Amino acid sequence: MGFEDTALLSRILTLMTLSFHILYATVGVGIPLMIMIAQWVGIKKNDEHYILLARRWARGFVITVAVGVVTGTAIGLQLSLLWPEFMQLAGNVIALPLFMEVFAFFFEAIFLGIYLYTWDRFEDQRKHLLILIPVALGAAASSLFITIVNAFMNSPQGFEILNGEFVNVQPLLAIFNPAVPTKVAHVMSTAFMTSAFVLASIAALRMIGGSDHVYHKKALFLTMKIGLIFSIATAIIGDFSGKYLAEYQPEKLAAAEWHFETEGDAGLILFGVLDGQEPKYAIKIPYALSILAHGTPGAEVIGLNEFPEDERPPLWIHYLFDTMVGIGMWLAFFSMVYVVGAWRGWAIVRAKWFRWLLLATGPLALVAIEAGWWFTEVGRQPWILRGYMKTADAATTSGQVDLMIILFAGLYIILGIGTVVVLTRMYKRNPVEKELADREAKKGGVQE
Amino acid sequence: MTLEIIGISVLWLFLFLYVIVASIDFGAGFFNAYSAFTNKQHILTGIIQRYLSPVWEVTNVFFVFFFVGVIGFFPQTAFYYGTTLLVPASIALILLSIRGSYYAFATYGAKINHRGYIYMYGLSGLLLPASLSPVLAMSEGGFIKMDGDSPYLDYLALFTSPLTWSIVVLSLAAVLYISAVFLTWYASKAGDAKATHLMRKYALLWAGPTIITATGIIFELRSHNAEHYSRLLDLWWIFGLSFLLFLGTVYLLWKRRNYGWAFILLVGQFFTAFFAYGVSHYPYLLYPYLTIYDSFTNEAMAISLIIAFIAGLGLLLPSLYLLFRLFLFDKDYVKGKSDYHA
Ligand code: HDD
Ligand code: HEM
Ligand code: HEM
Repeated sequence: MGFEDTALLSRILTLMTLSFHILYATVGVGIPLMIMIAQWVGIKKNDEHYILLARRWARGFVITVAVGVVTGTAIGLQLSLLWPEFMQLAGNVIALPLFMEVFAFFFEAIFLGIYLYTWDRFEDQRKHLLILIPVALGAAASSLFITIVNAFMNSPQGFEILNGEFVNVQPLLAIFNPAVPTKVAHVMSTAFMTSAFVLASIAALRMIGGSDHVYHKKALFLTMKIGLIFSIATAIIGDFSGKYLAEYQPEKLAAAEWHFETEGDAGLILFGVLDGQEPKYAIKIPYALSILAHGTPGAEVIGLNEFPEDERPPLWIHYLFDTMVGIGMWLAFFSMVYVVGAWRGWAIVRAKWFRWLLLATGPLALVAIEAGWWFTEVGRQPWILRGYMKTADAATTSGQVDLMIILFAGLYIILGIGTVVVLTRMYKRNPVEKELADREAKKGGVQE
Repeated sequence: MTLEIIGISVLWLFLFLYVIVASIDFGAGFFNAYSAFTNKQHILTGIIQRYLSPVWEVTNVFFVFFFVGVIGFFPQTAFYYGTTLLVPASIALILLSIRGSYYAFATYGAKINHRGYIYMYGLSGLLLPASLSPVLAMSEGGFIKMDGDSPYLDYLALFTSPLTWSIVVLSLAAVLYISAVFLTWYASKAGDAKATHLMRKYALLWAGPTIITATGIIFELRSHNAEHYSRLLDLWWIFGLSFLLFLGTVYLLWKRRNYGWAFILLVGQFFTAFFAYGVSHYPYLLYPYLTIYDSFTNEAMAISLIIAFIAGLGLLLPSLYLLFRLFLFDKDYVKGKSDYHA
């Protein structure tokens, strides 16, 4: 098997593992915050519903964390197994955040263990809530550090290469590379947004199933409000990400927008198909690309023709970009309608079809996460370390990658099905209505 | 002390901690499955769920720490070990996934007590040390070879070498021994006489094989890697100390006394042996290609990693203390009197 082949196979395996891990990781970053908010509201309003909401989310969270840890361990090792040349290089320059990430994992894992096994152990509920803070911080920090590594792959700096040797390495400069601010902010706000919508979907599912309990209504309203806030933040930060690209990785933006000639007054192209260098059947929003790239309608946007053919990313990332942005716009709009509607008591909010749309928010956000990551990662091609190392030169020379793909595909299928089965069983066996009744009976008092 | 030595010492220490906590975890799973098989089920299940469930994720992080740290301090290892370990490491990953999902799906999740799952979980506890420990054999040289510029693993040589198999057998015996000693202590703290009795029996049973295979490996090394062998012999007195600690553990177990001390002596036994082995391996990470000096990262990175390590430790140690106070040293929790699981 030639080198080209193992590079391709390694890309497929990396893609598979990361695409699977990211679903769990995103939720792993976002849900601690959601639990925190619910528990805090519960303590503050002395409302048993919110406390129970936090507790039930926490139970489900354990399952997703476990799969997140397992798949994260897989990708962590696979990076060295599949991209030894790259890791050897990366180890010299960007090992610091990877190493710090491990401490974030420790921190999160320790306090998550404590949090889960100390429900009702403390007299004062607030003490228990306190334990959740390090969990949320640990999760956020792990996403911060790993995103820094990824940002470095997109805009490497902090080192010089002299005859194949690294000289003048500056670990902190490598960490604070230009891609970091927008990337980290965007990754975090999308994690919070996605987690909120995923939880909203669960509430919507129960309401479609016929439950009319106020518990679900509270859950839905709370999560949709959070979703609204973070989807607006996401769109704003996404706009900054576009400006980052225009400045530092213009070829990625140009490929995403099928923008071939460098010119001003550039329009944004949505969907469509490409005929040579001509987009067809596309929706064109005049000046929008110039605005996305530089903030003014007349600004000049660098086109793809400025780059040699073999350094251009694949053009199909256009659809990934459209998918992400489309979903982002829709979710911001839709959650706005819901929140205003629920607050003003509009009838459509209670309509059955509307609930189906609510149900769709979580899965849509997850699709946007995948589309966004595929867009950045495929859009970096042919580079693994932009400007320094090509993906094809970084791969392992081992001939057994194909077998491993099959092995891991099987694993992810089992883990994926397992998660769904276990989560549904867990909640079916112990529905909210029953648990609420149990708790009230235990306390001998009624709240609300 | 040079930066290289600090780096490798930190990593070796964390690997040691992983060996101890993972052995407890792997062995417990096996004993659990075995008792299910012999229908003495649930003598151990409660203990496993009480102690292991809150900490398994932490155990896993020790492993992650090790492989991330190695790449950080010694990036060239990625080139030799990364390329050659694809298959064994992937198998280990699959096995780790079985264990992780057991905790998630079976103990905190839907309480699935399917026998097949319990067996798989137990078996993975044995297969994991068997799939990870050959890396130690590989580091002795002779199994990783070069094909032009790219390293490859000679499976035939690896699997026909007595050294490999002795290391595998040692890892299995050690896992069961470490785990049994720990669980004897934990069960006796929990006041569970039945489980204490059972685990004490297992501990005594596995003490012999552990020490015999460990000695065997020293002799295997003589023919496989003479340089390493002679360096080992220079450190004979540390191994002697380790052996005395071993005798101490067995004595206490035999007399049914001070199980806590028995476990502490056991940690001492493994600590001394593990470090003596590590020191004698110096300076090679992989005979004869890779030493800690030529694979070391640049100085700026090394210093920043060490600073990050110290800062991280400042965060980690108090948290670990809290965790252990709540789950290992808390009488009511250990005895299962209080169940506060979400
Ligand atoms: C719920 C998910 C989600 C949603 C709704 C959006 N994004 Fe996004 N986007 C991501 C999830 C994401 C991501 C998965 O988090 C990415 C991939 C890598 C990264 O840094 O973030 C990303 C990357 C990413 C990039 C590339 C950054 C880079 O390569 O460095 C740009 C330009 C945008 N986004 C812009 C937007 C805009 C203008 C949006 C309008 C609403 C938007 N995103 C919504
Ligand atoms: C930007 C994308 C990523 C994010 C946001 C992310 C975040 C997370 C989070 C939050 C966890 C903890 C699981 C949980 O608590 O739910 C986790 C686990 C893990 N991730 Fe990722 N991750 C990402 C990509 C990666 C990549 C590329 C690697 C490889 C270097 C990686 C390595 C790991 C490892 C090793 C674990 C397991 C940690 C443990 O044993 O506790 N992650 N990740
Ligand atoms: C967790 C979210 C992520 C997802 C879903 C993701 C997705 C992808 C995809 C689709 C590819 C294949 C690109 C191609 O072959 O065309 C890829 C490649 C790769 N990604 Fe990411 N990525 C993520 C985050 C990261 C992070 C944080 C890192 C850095 C630590 C990383 C490192 C890599 C490497 C080393 C490759 C292989 C080389 C390459 O194709 O350029 N990824 N990823």
